[in-house]
Amino acid sequence: MPSADTAGQLLPLLVIIPVLAAAVLVGVGQRLPGRLVGAGTMMVAVVVGGGGTAALIITGRRRIVSWLGDWRPGGSGTGVGIALQADQLSIGLALLAATLMIIALGFSWHYFRAPGSHFHALMLFFLAGMTGFALAGDIFTMFVFFEMMGVAAYALTGLKVEDPSAVQGAINFGIVNSVAAYLSLIGIGMVYAHTGELNLAELSRSLAGDHSTFVVIAFVLLSTGFLVKAAVVPFHFWLDDAHAVAPTPVCVLFSGVMVELGLYGVLRVYRIGFAATSVAAGIDRVLLVLGAATAVLAAVMCLLQRHLKRLLAYSTIAHMGMFLVALSVGDPESLAGIALFVLGHAAVKGALFLCAGILLDRFGSVDEFTLWGAGQRLRGWDGVGVRSIFLLAALGLAGLPPFAAGLGKSLAETAMTEAGAAWGPPFMIIISALTGGAVLRVWLRVAVGAGRKPEGIEAEGMSGDEELMEVDVGEDIPNRMIISAGALVVIGCALGLVPSIAARATVAADRFLDADGYVAAVLHGRIGYPPVAGPVPSGWDLHGVLLSCLTVAAACAVAALAVLRHRLPGGLRPPEVVRRPVRLLRRVHSGRVGDYVVWLLIGVGVTAAILAPA
Amino acid sequence: MIGFLAYYPYAVAGAIVLLGLVGIAISRDLVHAVVCLSVCQSGTYVFLLAVGYQYGGIAPIFGSTVHRGTPVVDPVVQALSLTDIVVSAAITSMLLALVIQIAKRRGTVDPDELRSLEG
Amino acid sequence: MSRRARMVLLALGLAGAVVVLAVGVLGLPAFGGHRHPYRDLAVAASFRHATANAVSAVNFDQRALDTFGEETILVASVAGVAALLRPVRRERRRQVDPEMPVMDSTRLLTAVFFPVTLLIGIDVVAHGAITPGGGFQGGVVLATGLHLLYVGGRYRLLERMRPLPLFEITEAAGLVSFIAIGLAGLAVAGHLFSNVVPQGRMGQLTSAGTVGLLSCAVGMAVVSSVVILLAGFLDQALALEEEPAAGQWDGREGAAR
Repeated sequence: MPSADTAGQLLPLLVIIPVLAAAVLVGVGQRLPGRLVGAGTMMVAVVVGGGGTAALIITGRRRIVSWLGDWRPGGSGTGVGIALQADQLSIGLALLAATLMIIALGFSWHYFRAPGSHFHALMLFFLAGMTGFALAGDIFTMFVFFEMMGVAAYALTGLKVEDPSAVQGAINFGIVNSVAAYLSLIGIGMVYAHTGELNLAELSRSLAGDHSTFVVIAFVLLSTGFLVKAAVVPFHFWLDDAHAVAPTPVCVLFSGVMVELGLYGVLRVYRIGFAATSVAAGIDRVLLVLGAATAVLAAVMCLLQRHLKRLLAYSTIAHMGMFLVALSVGDPESLAGIALFVLGHAAVKGALFLCAGILLDRFGSVDEFTLWGAGQRLRGWDGVGVRSIFLLAALGLAGLPPFAAGLGKSLAETAMTEAGAAWGPPFMIIISALTGGAVLRVWLRVAVGAGRKPEGIEAEGMSGDEELMEVDVGEDIPNRMIISAGALVVIGCALGLVPSIAARATVAADRFLDADGYVAAVLHGRIGYPPVAGPVPSGWDLHGVLLSCLTVAAACAVAALAVLRHRLPGGLRPPEVVRRPVRLLRRVHSGRVGDYVVWLLIGVGVTAAILAPA
Repeated sequence: MIGFLAYYPYAVAGAIVLLGLVGIAISRDLVHAVVCLSVCQSGTYVFLLAVGYQYGGIAPIFGSTVHRGTPVVDPVVQALSLTDIVVSAAITSMLLALVIQIAKRRGTVDPDELRSLEG
Repeated sequence: MSRRARMVLLALGLAGAVVVLAVGVLGLPAFGGHRHPYRDLAVAASFRHATANAVSAVNFDQRALDTFGEETILVASVAGVAALLRPVRRERRRQVDPEMPVMDSTRLLTAVFFPVTLLIGIDVVAHGAITPGGGFQGGVVLATGLHLLYVGGRYRLLERMRPLPLFEITEAAGLVSFIAIGLAGLAVAGHLFSNVVPQGRMGQLTSAGTVGLLSCAVGMAVVSSVVILLAGFLDQALALEEEPAAGQWDGREGAAR
C-alpha cells in the first residue's frame, strides 16, 4: 500500500531542511561565529545532496510520490492537495543543484565579509527553491517555488551593492523575471478556469484530447516564466546582465542549473499536462525556431564579448539554444543526450566561472584585454593548476571526449540524425565550435599571452568589476578555490566515463516522458515503472568521438583565427555588411529594462503565433 | 450584451496587466517601474478572483447563516491570490531596496541614463 | 535602442499580446458560472476538518506547502533586503531628529487608532480559522498599526517598541514553528502538514486543528517581516547619511554594523 511509502513521506524534507536552516540563520545567524555559519550551511547542502542521492537510487526502481497532509485523492482521482513527484530526471536536477551548491560554498568559504550570514541564508533559500521547483507536481506550487528561486537569486545577484552595475543587473533580472512570472500566473488561472484543477496529473487527464486554440494560449502564457528563466531568445536579455555582475560562485548555480530548470519547467508542464492537446502539434516547431534563434544569436554575441563572465553567460544561452533544438525531435534518446549535456555543461561551465573568479581575485578584472598574458604571472603549481583547469574546461565545453558534455552532444546528434534531421550534427558542431572557440580565445590571450597585446583596453564598463571578497594578501591562491574548480572538471570528465551512463540516461528520459506512468503513480499510487522497450544507445562510439574531435578542432581554429587575426591580410577583416548587423545586435542588448519588457511581449506573441494550429 | 458581460471582468484583468507592462516599458524612473510591476500583478489578482466568482455566491466563511449547501465563491482562487499578494510584497520590497542602492551609487533612477550595462 | 524604436516595437508587441489575451479570454468559461469543481472539493474538505473559513482551510490545511513557500519567500526577501541595504563604507548613522512637525489632529488620531489597530490585528490572526482573515492579513494589520506611531511623529517610541534583534528572532521563530507544526504531522500521521490536532466543532475558537496554529505562526512571521522591512527602509530615509569626507572611511566600521 502506498501509504507506507517512507521515501514518499520523507521527500518534502529535501525542501524543508534548507529552509529550516536558513530560518535559523536569519534569526540568530548574526550572533554566530562566521566559521559555524559556513560549516553549518555546507553541512545542510551535504545533507540535501545525500538525501537527493538516496532518492536518486530509489527512483532507479520506482517513482517517489508525496501527497502533503495526506490529501491523496480518492477513487475519483481529483483532490485538493499538493503532490510532489520524483523521477530520475527531476531528482537528478535537485541533486545537481545541491552538488553545485556544495562546490560554490566551498569556493566562497569566507568569500564575503560584509553580508554576514545573509549570503548563506540566501543560498539555502535558493537551494530550497530549486529543489521544490524540480519536484513540484502542481502548477501553482511550481509558481511558488519559481518565485522562491527568484527572490533569492535577485538578492544574490545584487549582493555587491557598491557596484552599480551589480545592482542594475539585479533590477533587470528581477523585473523581467517577475513580469514573466505574472504572465505565467495568468496562464495558471486560465488553466484553472478551464479545468478546475492545478495538479499536473489531473490536468494530464482532463486536458487530453482538447484541441482548442485556448489551450495553446494558456500553455504559452504558462510557459512564459519558464522560457524567461531558460533565457530563450527573445526572453534572454536579463541573463548576461545578471551573470556578468553576480558573485562568481552564484554564477555557477545560475548557469549550471537555474537556467536549465526553466527548460525543465516547460518540458514538465508540456510532457505531463499538455502532451495530448493541440500544443503537441506545434511544440516541436517552437523548440526548433526559438532554439535555433537562441543558439545563433548567442553564439555571435559570445564571440563579441571581452568581459569573461559575460562571454560565459552568452555561451550558456547558446547551449540553451542547442538543448532546445535537440529536444525538438522529441524522442527519449535526444532528451537523454540533453540530460547528460546539461550535467556536463554544468560541470565545465562552473569550472570556467570559478577560474574567472580566481582571475578576478588575483588581478581585479575579468576583462580579456586587461588580463592579456596575466595567466603567466601566476607562479608555481597554482598557476599550472589554474591554466590547465581553464584549458580542460574550455575544451570540455567544446565537446572533447570523454567529457560528459561531449557525450551528451554526441548522443543528441545521433538522435537527431536518426529522427531524420540530418542538419542537426553540423548545426550543433558549428555552435559548439563558436562558443568553445570564444572561450579558448580567452585562454590563449590570458594564459599564454598569444597574439598581439590588444589595444583600447580602457573601454568603459569592462573592468573594475570589484567583488567583496576576503582580501588575500598572500602570494598564493587559496587552495579551496583551485580544488573547487578542479573538482568540477574531474566530475565533468568522470561523468562521461561512467559505464553505460548513456543507456541509463535513456531509460530515465523514457520514464520522464511517460505521462501515463506519471498519472498512475501520482493519482493511483502505482509507482512502479513499466519495463523498458527497445534498444538503448551504448555511449561513446567511433562516430561520436570523431565528430567530437572535429568540433574541438574547429573550436581551436576559431580561437586561433581570432587571436591571430591581425596577421591576416586586410581583406580578411569582416566587411561592413557583417559589421553593421553586429553593431545593431550590440545596440539591441541595451541594458534597459524597458526594452527587455518590450521584447518579452513580442516573444509571447511570436511563440503563440508559432504554436497556434495552422 | 450577455456575451460582453461574460468576459468583461477578464478583459479588465488583462488590461491592467498590459497597462502595467506598458508602464514598465516606457518608464523613466525605476520606482515608477517597480510600481508598474505591482500594477501588473494586481491584474493577476483581478483575474484569479474573477475566475472564482459565481453569481449569487457569497464569501466562503461558513457559520450560522452560511450552510453547506449555500452557494459560495471559490475559496481556492482567494487562497492563491493571498499567496500571490505576499509574493508581490516580497518582490516589491526587494526591488525597491535595489532601486535605493542604485540611486545612491548613480544619483539617478532613470533606466535610460544608466548605461553601465551596455557593452 | 532609441526611444522611437522602442515605441514601435512596443506597439507591435502589445498588439500581439492583446490578440493572445483576447483569444485566451474568449475561450474561458463565462464569468460567474456555477461550475467550480475544485471549489466543491475544497468546501467538502474544509467541512471534514471543521474549518469555518474555507480560504484558511485551503491556505493552511489543503495547500499548506504553498503557504510554507509563501512565508519562505517573505523571510527570504527580508534577508535579501537586509543584505542589500546594509550600510556600506562612506555611510554613517545619525540620530533621528525626534521633533518632527505633526498636526495635533494626526497625533490624536494615532493615539486613538494605535491600540484599536493592534487589537484588531491580534483578533484577525487568532480567529483566522473561523472568521475572515488569517495570519497574513492580521500580521499586516499589526505591523501597520505599529507604524502609526511613525505617522504620529513618535519615531523614538516606535524604535523602542520594535527591538529589531528580537523581531529577527520572532520572524525566524514564526517560520520555524510553521515547519515544526508540519513536521509534527509527519511524526504523528506520517505526512508532512497533516492536520493532526483534534479539530473540534466548526466555529469554535479551538476548531480546525492545525489551521489556527499555522495561522498564528504565519502571523508572527508576517508582523516581524513587515516591521523589519519597513525599519530597513525608514533607516535608509532617516538615519543613514553619506560620510562628508570621502576617503577617510574605515572599511571595518561599515562592515561590522
